[in-house]
Amino acid sequence: MLPELFFAYFAVTITGLSILVITRKNPVHSVLWMLVLFIHIAALYVFLNAEFLAAVQIIVYAGAILVLFLFVIMLLNLRKEEIEQKFQKQWPLGMLAGTLFILFFVIILNKFAVFPAPGEYSIQAIQGEGNIMVIGKVLYTEYLLPFEIASLVLLVAIIGAVVLAKKKISE
Amino acid sequence: MVPLSWYIMLSAVVFSIGVIGFLTRRNLIIVFISVELMLNAANISLVAFSHYLQSIKGQIMVFFIITVAAAEAAIGLAILIAFYRNNPTIKVDEINLLKG
Repeated sequence: MLPELFFAYFAVTITGLSILVITRKNPVHSVLWMLVLFIHIAALYVFLNAEFLAAVQIIVYAGAILVLFLFVIMLLNLRKEEIEQKFQKQWPLGMLAGTLFILFFVIILNKFAVFPAPGEYSIQAIQGEGNIMVIGKVLYTEYLLPFEIASLVLLVAIIGAVVLAKKKISE
Repeated sequence: MVPLSWYIMLSAVVFSIGVIGFLTRRNLIIVFISVELMLNAANISLVAFSHYLQSIKGQIMVFFIITVAAAEAAIGLAILIAFYRNNPTIKVDEINLLKG
């Protein structure tokens, strides 16, 4: 009973917060609601025994990406009329597409059944060794090459962001 | 025990809200935020699958998705700043230089 109640609270809050995020007029308010949303998603990860990802969610998403968004909003210095009209002209079409998406998922997921072939990482096995230890072992052995490529992606992002956002020096 | 399909349903709803935000908003920053929302929805379903199938690979995948999301946000916002410098608007329907 209690897990269901917890899940219901998180599901309702996450859904409501995501609607708040996409309907606010002021982008700063949007980003701040996004912060609350990310904290709730991190709590959901703890609920699913993924403590490491909950920490990463808070540190990377809430700590880095959202601050980046806030800085860009501050840099752009938007005028009042820039945020006057919230939606595009074709917003009914977009709404229709989104609603169809939801309907599609609901129809598909009603017919959806998973027959868990229990893997080797049961809750007991993970708790015996520690979530971070298990992830680290898999990440540094089986997924070593993707891990290195991820570091390369981040390097490209750093250099690319600097090159793109730099002021052109006029000759 | 919460059934797996509840998590997948929550993930689907959040993803669809992200799609609606992406398709309807005019403000380019909110469009980016909607993309982050969709990535988070995918993360929720991956973590749920990882928990219920007793495999760690879903969590590894989420780790990489977060890396790519960070890179995407940095590059996207840099492009936004570079664009705003030439053409001071962030309304999606007024960014039509390539329309011809």
